[in-house]
Amino acid sequence: MAQGKGGRAVTHGAATGHAPAQSFLRRHVFSVDHKVIGRQYLDLALVAVVTGMVLSWIMRFHLGWPETPVPGLGKLAPTGAAGGVITPEFYLALMTMHGTIMVFFVLTTAPFAGFGNFFLPIHVGAEDMAFPRINMTSFWVTLAAFLVLVSAFFVGDGPPLSGWTAYAPLSAVGKDAGPGQGVGQTLWAVSIAMFCVAQLLGSLNFIATTLDLRTRGMSLARLPFATWAWFITSVIGLVAFAVLMPACILLILDRVAGTSFFIPAGLVISDRLQPHAGGSPLLWQHLFWFFGHPEVYIAILPGFGIVSQILPVFARKPLLGPRVFIVCLIAIAFLSYTVWGHHMFLSGMNPVSATLFSVPTLVITIPATIICLLWIGTLYGARLRFTTAALFALGFVSVFVSGGISGFFLAQPSTDIYLHGTYFVVAHFHFVMGVAAMFGIFAGTYFWFPKMFGRMMNETLGKWHFWLTFIGVYCVFMPMHYLGLAGNVRRYSAFTDDYLQPLIPLHRFITIAALFTGAVQLIFLFNLIRSRLRGPVAPANPWEATTLEWSTSSPPPHDNFGGHPPVVTHGPNEFGGVGPQDYVMQAEPR
Amino acid sequence: MSTTMVPPVLTPRSVATADRGPERRVAETGVWIAIGTISMSFAALTSALVVRQSSGADWQHLHLPALLYVNTLVLLFSSVTLELSRRRLGSFGLHATLMLGILFLAGQGLAWRQLAAQNLHLATGPSSAFFYVFTVLHALHVLGGLGGLGLVERRLAAGVLSRTTFKAAALYWHFMAILWLYLLALLTIRG
Repeated sequence: MAQGKGGRAVTHGAATGHAPAQSFLRRHVFSVDHKVIGRQYLDLALVAVVTGMVLSWIMRFHLGWPETPVPGLGKLAPTGAAGGVITPEFYLALMTMHGTIMVFFVLTTAPFAGFGNFFLPIHVGAEDMAFPRINMTSFWVTLAAFLVLVSAFFVGDGPPLSGWTAYAPLSAVGKDAGPGQGVGQTLWAVSIAMFCVAQLLGSLNFIATTLDLRTRGMSLARLPFATWAWFITSVIGLVAFAVLMPACILLILDRVAGTSFFIPAGLVISDRLQPHAGGSPLLWQHLFWFFGHPEVYIAILPGFGIVSQILPVFARKPLLGPRVFIVCLIAIAFLSYTVWGHHMFLSGMNPVSATLFSVPTLVITIPATIICLLWIGTLYGARLRFTTAALFALGFVSVFVSGGISGFFLAQPSTDIYLHGTYFVVAHFHFVMGVAAMFGIFAGTYFWFPKMFGRMMNETLGKWHFWLTFIGVYCVFMPMHYLGLAGNVRRYSAFTDDYLQPLIPLHRFITIAALFTGAVQLIFLFNLIRSRLRGPVAPANPWEATTLEWSTSSPPPHDNFGGHPPVVTHGPNEFGGVGPQDYVMQAEPR
Repeated sequence: MSTTMVPPVLTPRSVATADRGPERRVAETGVWIAIGTISMSFAALTSALVVRQSSGADWQHLHLPALLYVNTLVLLFSSVTLELSRRRLGSFGLHATLMLGILFLAGQGLAWRQLAAQNLHLATGPSSAFFYVFTVLHALHVLGGLGGLGLVERRLAAGVLSRTTFKAAALYWHFMAILWLYLLALLTIRG
């Protein structure tokens, strides 16, 4: 964090004005250009999401057909899945890696670090981030963190089992706690600590850029909505990751240095008395969830911003209540720090404390609901242009509302105690932060691809991708609510118990839907690669949008605006005028 | 489908200086943000200390080595020399600050050795564990500050140092002193 002082940017020309690099390595690999770094983050997220999805497929297959070997898996994981049938421990390892990869390296990396890096500086009219070198560092640290995490597949007893939340004491005691809890769990903690450093550096850059590098005329009120969302997300991240990082350090010390921060006295695991005393397992939960709940908003707020930017463009109407939207974002950011205890209702918490955490959890739904109403109000009476980006933005609203409604049930301790350990929660968080954030990423990709690569994506393929994905995700996650209400516990590798037997057919349906939805993503991948190579050349402003990125060429030049920084004269929300051009661009001369 | 490009009022070179104000304060902003996030990290560790203290009956008060108070004076004095150097843009005070900073780190190292000689290690007990975590993390941040001051020194020698960069570095350095005073108080009272 000390690098935060990197004042290099100040004396060296135009805030960040570095000349275009010449060598291949400097231009494409170790680049300080925010656009290259943004693309690198998105590429990393693509690799991560494929990895995470394949892991979920293996889990889903096992849940549907617990006795049937997964073809080829026996060779890939001879200990975890001898003969192709995965062991309960290996199931937990897959679950841990799926959750960790998806939450950190996809849902945080793509919508926030990826799109944010590419577009935040352009949105504010800057040539680059405030601290380009720190920006580059934060990407490479993120990549290293990903490699450290994935290396857990190849060492010792394999990946850790303690879930993406790594609850102590099992995560803290070492290999007695099961296969993967030795080296694998240490690698997990190191990876997450590194990820925290990277995100702190990234957030620092986002905030400094938004505050200091705005071009002439770009007041805070004129910031595009996506940039507002990235800015607020950075503020959340700056506090949240600052707590997770020391927590990971304490966890690592418990594991490798013999301290007892999280391990209580008299703990016997695998018939061995653990040589620790006095620690508090709940301390880890508090520190983790103080990060963990804001992390949910780190994943979803960029989606809020992307959708709020896209919907007015295709509705050809200004976003309803732009200031209300921003106030709601700020309210969510503030409230996100007061609700972490709702993840711990089952930890034996005092009912008074549970109520104190329950109330803000219910209150935080108010700004979220207001934002949803703003979107719907924006659509009211609009003649919508149904592009793929618009469809995914609408799909975002749909899945976010579907996932949000189940949150009302979980926010109350009395119902949460029953539902917390079941598939109801799996359905809730996959809809509200997983699928919704993914739809935000897809919407952003279809919307900004022309700007990023100078070529249009194929709309027909895009629409197929949207409809099949939209139906698919509902088939996967909607039935999980029912499973949860029926008492189907989560995190179990197989449901061979008598009372869960009748639910197996539903599990099979979900598995088939998940495999189908995953296969549909090949359409997206194909579209991405083909459009990149052969898509029609994109004009500067294909969607008739207003924000600054559409005032420059597609893709933008090295310094974003070709040496002529824009002067902003309008807000980002000026749609619906009369005449041949029904919108006013932000940099349009008055 | 229109592409609106603002007419080139200013030459590209003037962008940095004229268009966006003569002195951009990104370095200062960056340091303020860093101060915020570092404070949050140490606040999290403080709450961990409070929780850990009440979770087990094994907390034993750690008597801090007297050397730490000497180190405190060294660090505080380094802030004074830095401020003198910044006011006059002189390099002598800056050199002195760097030397005092290194002296502080050496002093901290010596304090760790004194504790180790008393058989007080990281894993000895919760109070010693927190002591090492706090002081080592602080020392790492001081090391980062020394790197920043080194940069300032190089720029000052080359004549390309801007006031805002110097101010940012000084801000961070003073924060290190304030953070240390806080940690010392915390470890004395609750450690």
